[in-house]
Amino acid sequence: MKQDHDALHMRTLSELRRGLRSGEFSATTLTEALLERISNAGGALNAFITLTGERALDSAVIADKAIAAGNTQPLTGLPIVHKDLFCTRDVLTTCGSHILDTFVSPYDAAVVERMGVAGAIMLGKTNMDEFAMGSSNETSYFGAVRNPWDLSLSPGGSSGGSASAVAARLVPAATGTDTGGSIRQPAALTGTTGIKPTYGRVSRYGMVAFASSLDQAGVITRSAEDAALLLGVMAGFDPRDSTSSEEPVPDYLAALHKPLKGLRIGIVQEHFDEGLDADNEILVKAAIATLEEQGATTVEVSLPNLNLSVPTYYVVAPAECSSNMSRFDGVRYGHRAGNPVDLMDLYCRTRSEGFGAEVKRRIMTGTYVLSAGYYDAYYLQAQKVRQLISQDFKAAFEQVDVIVGPTTPTPAFALGDKVDDPITMYLNDIYTIGANLAGLPGISVPCGLVGGLPVGLQLVGPHFAEGTLLACAHQYQQLTDWHEIAPGDFA
Amino acid sequence: MNAAWEVVIGLEIHAQLATSSKIFSGASTAYGADPNTQACLVDLGYPGVLPVLNAEVVRMACKFGLAVDATIAPRSVFARKNYFYPDLPKGYQISQYELPIVVGGELVIAGDDGEEKCIRITRAHLEEDAGKSIHEGLDQYSGIDLNRAGTPLLEIVSEPDLSSAKEAVAYMRKIHSIVRYLEICDGNMQEGSFRCDANVSIRPRGQTELGTRAELKNLNSFRFVEKAINYEIERQIDVIEDGGCVRQETRLYDSDRNETRPMRSKEEANDYRYFPDPDLLPVEIDEAFIAAVRETLPELPGAKQERFVADYGIKRDDAIILTASRPLADYFEATASASAASAQTVAHWVIGDLSAALNRDGLDIADSALSAAQLAGLLDRIDDNTISGKIAKEVFDAMWSGEGSADDVIEARGLRQITDSSAIDSIVDAVIAANPGQVAEYRAGKDKLIGFFVGQVMKETAGKANPGQVNEALKRKLAEG
Repeated sequence: MKQDHDALHMRTLSELRRGLRSGEFSATTLTEALLERISNAGGALNAFITLTGERALDSAVIADKAIAAGNTQPLTGLPIVHKDLFCTRDVLTTCGSHILDTFVSPYDAAVVERMGVAGAIMLGKTNMDEFAMGSSNETSYFGAVRNPWDLSLSPGGSSGGSASAVAARLVPAATGTDTGGSIRQPAALTGTTGIKPTYGRVSRYGMVAFASSLDQAGVITRSAEDAALLLGVMAGFDPRDSTSSEEPVPDYLAALHKPLKGLRIGIVQEHFDEGLDADNEILVKAAIATLEEQGATTVEVSLPNLNLSVPTYYVVAPAECSSNMSRFDGVRYGHRAGNPVDLMDLYCRTRSEGFGAEVKRRIMTGTYVLSAGYYDAYYLQAQKVRQLISQDFKAAFEQVDVIVGPTTPTPAFALGDKVDDPITMYLNDIYTIGANLAGLPGISVPCGLVGGLPVGLQLVGPHFAEGTLLACAHQYQQLTDWHEIAPGDFA
Repeated sequence: MNAAWEVVIGLEIHAQLATSSKIFSGASTAYGADPNTQACLVDLGYPGVLPVLNAEVVRMACKFGLAVDATIAPRSVFARKNYFYPDLPKGYQISQYELPIVVGGELVIAGDDGEEKCIRITRAHLEEDAGKSIHEGLDQYSGIDLNRAGTPLLEIVSEPDLSSAKEAVAYMRKIHSIVRYLEICDGNMQEGSFRCDANVSIRPRGQTELGTRAELKNLNSFRFVEKAINYEIERQIDVIEDGGCVRQETRLYDSDRNETRPMRSKEEANDYRYFPDPDLLPVEIDEAFIAAVRETLPELPGAKQERFVADYGIKRDDAIILTASRPLADYFEATASASAASAQTVAHWVIGDLSAALNRDGLDIADSALSAAQLAGLLDRIDDNTISGKIAKEVFDAMWSGEGSADDVIEARGLRQITDSSAIDSIVDAVIAANPGQVAEYRAGKDKLIGFFVGQVMKETAGKANPGQVNEALKRKLAEG
């Protein structure tokens, strides 16, 4: 099938922005086109939990008036979908869980609010691993999301619905959250661009917490340029989130053109030690060579404690999760077990019925590592290792400006493949977790196909180096077209 | 005091900080609103909401720390105390655990032996209060009121330095006085703004290791603290003397039956799985902040007491009473400075008649029917002999009932003291003439009868004669005989 590059759903956010501003098409036309695309092409993917078409069309009318009046905001009339972890006022916010499957949020998350103020039009809420706990999108109460590159494959997770929707050209951009790789990994496995900003760069207010010290909101797009456009809107201090940073937000779109000449790229030996698919490795090295051609230099750096990142993460994240999940008790909102005989019965059955297996596994793990007698050996020890991992990165960033390597060890895996083997599943995040533990920004960009499936190149920078990451990614995308390749059935 | 047993008590006092909004949200802390009308999404533990620390609570905790000579921690950390209860919306309480904001400190109380006793303060930490469960009038159901959820508390933990219920109450009163002086807590015990838990144990006198303690929960009046501890001491003595062992447990005081009953056993208690709250940054306090807070400290009860004794020359016991609350001390000072009467007279009236009237009508000093200036006006009339001290009580009552100033009442009721010596002489003459028997006895040497004659003159003048003049005239005239 010939690709119709002029079709609205095939365009990037930046292209759509130009079209809206020039009057080539209206926001209403665009919104209708994408809603139609979602309903025609999207059915097989299960990428959405909720669609907000009616509301989107109302917003489009307002956007068209604003455009006509010349009163535009950065995203006026542009479509966005939100991972169903972001609270959206008057709209179902399920977190992919039975326990919240009837929960309508009374308020907007900071990210949703900022996007709205900037004029973006929300088309719906995307499917996800339950409470963002998962790497395959199979833990969703609403069923697994499918990878548009091959419907038998997982799109990765936990922002699998967002990645799948963007890859399948249902929408040009989606928000996601990344606690251990939940934006970058699905971006890599679907051939999309995904950025996880520095911890504190984007407000967590209204983003339902999984592991509060690791969670960070970001976006999945089809280009680094689009990611820069959205990040500029999302980022910034929010007094409602004590961990949000007061660091000024640079002009990310302007930063895209910062020359790569003299940029020091760190190559981490540990990334290539074992477990990395051979073809994947070749593509990553080719991508690095492309960056070198632009005047970047490579330096070998070591992250000696990187092999401890997965076990460290699976102590810290479940510990915080076990506490964060406690508010889902059936008392005030969400699912409540029928006819409880007493309080304990209410708690036990509500939570037994409401949570899926992976969430329960993490609640139990987290409860265990925080328990008296185990706290020092697990939680405290993990915090110490976390410090070591941060120090490794800090030392590395004294020598280099950015660390480049693979996003995942392999391309997308089959649905059902790892679902019964949590450890193998967890190892899928081996390259991404370090950035979360150290609070660093990371981006994944498509860097080739292995067996017809996309793989990603991950760039990780020092705190608040999103501009550098976006510049690298953007200029790489000017020289390559991996990010422009749509999955065959969705072109 | 039991000779064989030594009592060891430590108190955990919860002082609700007098902020207008909650510790981690912008919702109001006002007491008594309709259920759940003062709970925002943060207080309700909605998905996605985050706590933001109210800076005012840090300042208040710091004030307290400085007032008890404690160390203000340069870095303190909020932790999550995890447990399930319907009035705890998040499933955890945010509280300081390993690193509290106030460390150490001490204050001096009057010990049982009458000597000053230093009580060490272990720590004081910030935390959020929980909501309330409501059971009345809800058939088969329990209601939850989350208005109180997120109210800031300062938990003040003492070392086990207290040796009796009386000392425990003295310590609690002192803390109560300090937090009110600092204006960081309204001290209202009925509304639960100031309450305490008491850890009580006994051991054979002379033994160094501590006995097993019981924790008495939620004692919300000074009287209950005293009664509950005394009950508990007797109970523990009985248990041990009957050959039993005191169990480590939490006990609830039942004021209706004046007894303590076990609540839950510590062995079955929750493992709270404390860990630092990742939603909140550590509280960093520098020297400049501490110095700025120190600038705002008022004169504290101890210093004020010393000053009252030194500058006003009043009795120490009176100074202790007057300085127990800042408004009372201020009232005393305002009266003393406005009145020509001696400071001791002022102290006597403030502690005596004024406090009695306030107690009787259940009023705070701030709502006193008599202003300091009005009381000073009354005392001046005693001082200038316009009225006697006895008549002054009548004037006081009239003033209390709103009959105007001291001068108004004295005029209206004709209470002006008789100081005209010829008038007094003639009444004295009449009394002498009317009581020949007593006159004879007096003249025979029964000096004590002078009191009888003074009484008779006062009766004739309805108490208005100047007692000194009456005394002088009687002695003179009886001697003339």
